[in-house]
Amino acid sequence: MPFSVYTSKLAQAVNWARKFSLFEYPFVTACCGMEFMATWAPKYDIARFGAELPRFSPRQADLLIVVGTITERQGPVLRRIYDQMCEPKWVIAYGVCASTGGFYQNYSAMPGADQVIPVDVYIPGCPPRPEQMLDALVMLQERIQKGEGHSQVVLRAERGYVAPDVAIRAEGDVKEGRGR
Amino acid sequence: MAKIILDRLVEHFVAGEIVETGSQHGNEWARVAPANWRAVAQFLRDDPVTALNMFIDLTCVDRLGRTPRFDVVMHLYSVDKKHRVRLLAAVSEEDPHIDSLVALWPGANWFEREAFDLYGVRFVGHPDLRRILMYPEFVGHPLRKDFPKEGRQPLLRRLPGSVD
Ligand code: SF4
Repeated sequence: MPFSVYTSKLAQAVNWARKFSLFEYPFVTACCGMEFMATWAPKYDIARFGAELPRFSPRQADLLIVVGTITERQGPVLRRIYDQMCEPKWVIAYGVCASTGGFYQNYSAMPGADQVIPVDVYIPGCPPRPEQMLDALVMLQERIQKGEGHSQVVLRAERGYVAPDVAIRAEGDVKEGRGR
Repeated sequence: MAKIILDRLVEHFVAGEIVETGSQHGNEWARVAPANWRAVAQFLRDDPVTALNMFIDLTCVDRLGRTPRFDVVMHLYSVDKKHRVRLLAAVSEEDPHIDSLVALWPGANWFEREAFDLYGVRFVGHPDLRRILMYPEFVGHPLRKDFPKEGRQPLLRRLPGSVD
């Protein structure tokens, strides 16, 4: 099927461009932010990975990084920020609080940002080291290249225009996702 | 050093109004009848000898199993005399309420809202007694000892099986 070959090649080129021009929106709520800032500083220098430009408006960003504890009260806020971002968009949960709630097993902390938004990459640690952020970024870039990012999968499922083998893999990915 | 505060209190109020006084590790405290909460605070603030003009803290303690169940606790400090005191007042479980001190110290406003939010004690005369930490939809008072530790009340959740 020449058409699908053509689109998947184009998708590869587009995804290659996307993965090296990520515009981040850092949603920083807690102590993890201190360590997270270091990834922008010269020593770790996230610019080397093509993600050096934080946008402090979700409408201009395509990578949401959830850094720190999310409370139940913040749930609707976080969801609204995610909804405001243009597709395709990706989410990294930085630290155990954003991934699972961490040690806050109580009435006010949300057990993971994935309770309200889909998360692509989870980074463990309390707080994680900056290297882990860079590692997660590279992992995310690999997923973006393969078209496996969550919102990429959703977009493809809605428009249904990509080669079938990718679509099948994508479907499995969605169903086996970390729903709780 | 701050014994003088307790002496002043005992001088000015009759026995039922000041329930008990004590001193621990050099920190003086007085247990006040809840009906006199505001009068005692105002006296300590305005009396030139005590001059406790600075409001430090106000919170609540849930002594589950005791009757009355709650203690409202306040810390005062004197900037001029450099002494401090702790005041306590017992509040019942059935109708937990005590006088607000916002008229005496505007800074008490958010402290009283916090105690109301987390313990359910009403502060009579407070100008704006709303929850301050939890959201308005929240039911219950989470720092009460009989509130379940993980009594989450989510505002939002992804639907099970949803892809987005
Ligand atoms: S994971 Fe640890 S460092 Fe990060 S926000 Fe939670 S408590 Fe703070």
